[in-house]
Amino acid sequence: MLDASEGYITEDGRKIGGVVMEMKNITLRFGGVVAIKDISFDIREGEIRAIIGPNGAGKSSMLNVISGFYVPQEGEVWFHGKKRPAMRPYEVARQGIARTFQNIALFEGMSVLDNVMTGRLNFMSAGLLSQSIWRGKAEREEVENREAVEKIIDFLEIQHIRKTPVSRLPYGLKKRVELARALAAEPKLLLLDEPMAGMNVEEKEDMSRFILDVNDEFGTTIALIEHDMGVVMDLSDRVVVMDYGKKIGDGTPDEVRNNQEVIDAYLGVAHD
Amino acid sequence: MGRRKTLVQSQSGAGGLQSLPALLHRNATQFGNAPAYREKEFGIWQCWTWAEAAAEIRAMALGFLEIGVEKGDHIAVIGRNRPAHYWSMVAAQMVGAVPVPFYQDAVAEEMTYVMEHCGAKYIVCGDQEQVDKVIEIQEKVHQVKHILYTDKRGMRKYDHSQMNALHDIMAEGRAGHHRLDAELDRRIAEITYDDTCVMLYTSGTTGKPKGVVLSNRNVIESAKNSADFDHLTRGEDILSYLPMAWVGDFIFSIGQAYWCGFCVNCPESPDTMMTDLREIGPTYFFAPPRVFEMQLTNVMIRMEDASPLKRRMFHHFMAHAKKVGGRILDGKPVSFGDRLKYALGNILVYGPLKDTLGYGRFRVGYTAGEAIGPEIFDFYRSLGINLKQLYGQTEATVFITVQPDGEVRADTVGVPAPDVEIRIDEKGEIHYRSPGVFVEYYKNPESTASTKDPEGWVATGDAGFIEEGTGHLRIIDRAKDVGKMADGSMFAPKYVENKLKFYPDILEAVLFGNGRDRCVAFINIDLTAIGNWAERNNIAYASYQELAGHPRVLETISKHVEEVNRSVAADTMLSGCQVHRFVVLHKELDADDGEITRTRKVRRGFVEDKYADIIAALYDGSDKVSTVTEVTYEDGRKGAIKATLTICDAKIQTVAPHKVAAE
Repeated sequence: MLDASEGYITEDGRKIGGVVMEMKNITLRFGGVVAIKDISFDIREGEIRAIIGPNGAGKSSMLNVISGFYVPQEGEVWFHGKKRPAMRPYEVARQGIARTFQNIALFEGMSVLDNVMTGRLNFMSAGLLSQSIWRGKAEREEVENREAVEKIIDFLEIQHIRKTPVSRLPYGLKKRVELARALAAEPKLLLLDEPMAGMNVEEKEDMSRFILDVNDEFGTTIALIEHDMGVVMDLSDRVVVMDYGKKIGDGTPDEVRNNQEVIDAYLGVAHD
Repeated sequence: MGRRKTLVQSQSGAGGLQSLPALLHRNATQFGNAPAYREKEFGIWQCWTWAEAAAEIRAMALGFLEIGVEKGDHIAVIGRNRPAHYWSMVAAQMVGAVPVPFYQDAVAEEMTYVMEHCGAKYIVCGDQEQVDKVIEIQEKVHQVKHILYTDKRGMRKYDHSQMNALHDIMAEGRAGHHRLDAELDRRIAEITYDDTCVMLYTSGTTGKPKGVVLSNRNVIESAKNSADFDHLTRGEDILSYLPMAWVGDFIFSIGQAYWCGFCVNCPESPDTMMTDLREIGPTYFFAPPRVFEMQLTNVMIRMEDASPLKRRMFHHFMAHAKKVGGRILDGKPVSFGDRLKYALGNILVYGPLKDTLGYGRFRVGYTAGEAIGPEIFDFYRSLGINLKQLYGQTEATVFITVQPDGEVRADTVGVPAPDVEIRIDEKGEIHYRSPGVFVEYYKNPESTASTKDPEGWVATGDAGFIEEGTGHLRIIDRAKDVGKMADGSMFAPKYVENKLKFYPDILEAVLFGNGRDRCVAFINIDLTAIGNWAERNNIAYASYQELAGHPRVLETISKHVEEVNRSVAADTMLSGCQVHRFVVLHKELDADDGEITRTRKVRRGFVEDKYADIIAALYDGSDKVSTVTEVTYEDGRKGAIKATLTICDAKIQTVAPHKVAAE
């Protein structure tokens, strides 16, 4: 069962807390296709947890189950010691879960600043009237939230594009803006869907640095999907390996690296 | 007038303003509420008055005492332009230590030498990146006692036994002020006019960097003289964005700022410099020619995309400005009609343009370090922007010659600055003597002796001459770069390179030909200008390398080279320096690779060695050359790029005496 008291200390001295989310025997089907087959694993507080696997292994589906976007046919998702019912996206956001997308999903016509401000939705409650005349609560809220957003802009070093429309940005920066928006929600659990896809070496290094800093600075728990094995092994505390919807490995990067099944999956051993 | 009178310096006694802490004290007591520092952070300009800044600096100095900084210790400062970093330099002086600003983009390997040489025991780092570099160096240089950092981000996991946030030691300093105040006051009182104010490493186009020791006298006298020359007041606003390790930044952002009491504005990040420039609208500004070139290129690119009406208006009024703008600025007679039209142009074009560029309040500004293209220079001046040139060196505490208002030209660097004497020796090398002449090169008496003679004259290493009639100095080239071609005619690479670089398409050019029968050149394209041109002409490219090798780019560059050849041919003394063949390089010359200095000067000898294969191909007549070039990434790792470069022949103007050499 959930044991919140347990934890461990990583090699670099970070304290990892108890289990915050547990996936129990998850099975997800799309019609006849089984995307996820009986998978169980947990995510602990403050850790960077990676889900890896070859194309079509079911990684993104898994992330969507974690985020509550897909409801599995079988199995249970436990969050903070409670079984989680099917939820609407805004309910998920209120629980403290934020995510980025594999194919960037930003408001292209809006400025970086406005995009990041949308991440603060849960911190604003001024009504339509107050907003439209921008007096009293609306004004106060905007100032407060702008301050929080500016700190994130500073943190992710995107000051120079603060007022630039997102559509004019290169890919690497858009990814960073998406991360900024997710961070603006002050999530307890941050889900990153291939944060480094399509980036060059330097951009990958920057992004890795930011992910580590977010984890370190805000203590955010991070679950990420990534293709680039080198990056995953360097970043994560523990790794889940999936192949054809099944879990074939789970453990520290070193354990996973030496797991025969994982090696086979990546080197492409024939499946029966 | 009353304000300026209070700035008169008394030359003697403890009450004299003979150090930065003394100037700071005067500013904090006489106009404590005036803004001293601004920094944009979290999207808002944060401001510190002189009184507030003085309190911060004092707290920092107390903190330095708390961690045990001794008199005479060196404190290295590595970071971008931030108030805290400027404060740390003044605080260092307060406790009798010597501040040594470093180039923050230097890779660890490069930093090791200077760190070892100056023996800094205390290091102020801007952020984690710099701390990591220092830790890497520390494995080789064991002198470091304490590391301080300004940005706390990512620093939590580090071993803090010999490391602290600057902010934290300031708090400790404040808390312990009862204990430390007396000691600090004693140390401040002990500072003399001839104590070291700062030590700056020269980038050095050859050999190892040298630590130039500048005294309070050097810095304060230079600041005073130059401020008087341009009538700077405490009402000025400057934008501090140039490397802190560069002497110019020290003089503008500390020397003159403290002498005059004006406000130093620090950008939010290096990438936001242009936006911040527009928001601040400095009244006094300094930039290397590169910045002005880049801005002009951007203006021209954006005008291409403007509506036809705006475009016509722009070109019409710019033509008028070209005709009379410079003359109006110089106070020369201009007809009433022309003045009226210029005033109209100011409302419609010049004013808005200046605002966009951030020069709306520009009163006086300088460019130096490299020659600026006459067209670029005239463009800014014709808009009514009082841009001038100066010629200076670290060893002179910047100022050797400056252009007085009304005598500004693109081809000279002005007359000797106040209190500066100049003479040209028989070989054509420029020497100077001034109150700004440096004390010595740190731990390098041989170089000190070979540069500065016993009477205080300093050899600049530049060749030049004083123009008859006007008394203006004209620079030809680095004295050691001026050579002879095989036929005995003069070889002055800079002269030709500058002509090439004045084309917006060309970022950098390097000319070879010393001791040879003809000249060849390396050319770097300007990615902004050529990239935009490619976009408008539907030329697709995937990389810098591909664009640089595109036949149509080569064609364009060829045209530029031929025009330059025509212009060079017109100069009888230098007609031998025409470019016979050239190659467009597959990578930009980069300071990380050691090809240019951190202040963007080409390290000729190094480039010649590194690309020996390409130079050989330029001379042996082959039309292609394959090469592998080592590159250094920002984090210090190395890689290699392969390329096959096309060598282009350029048309040569035949000049009678050189006919034989040309064929």
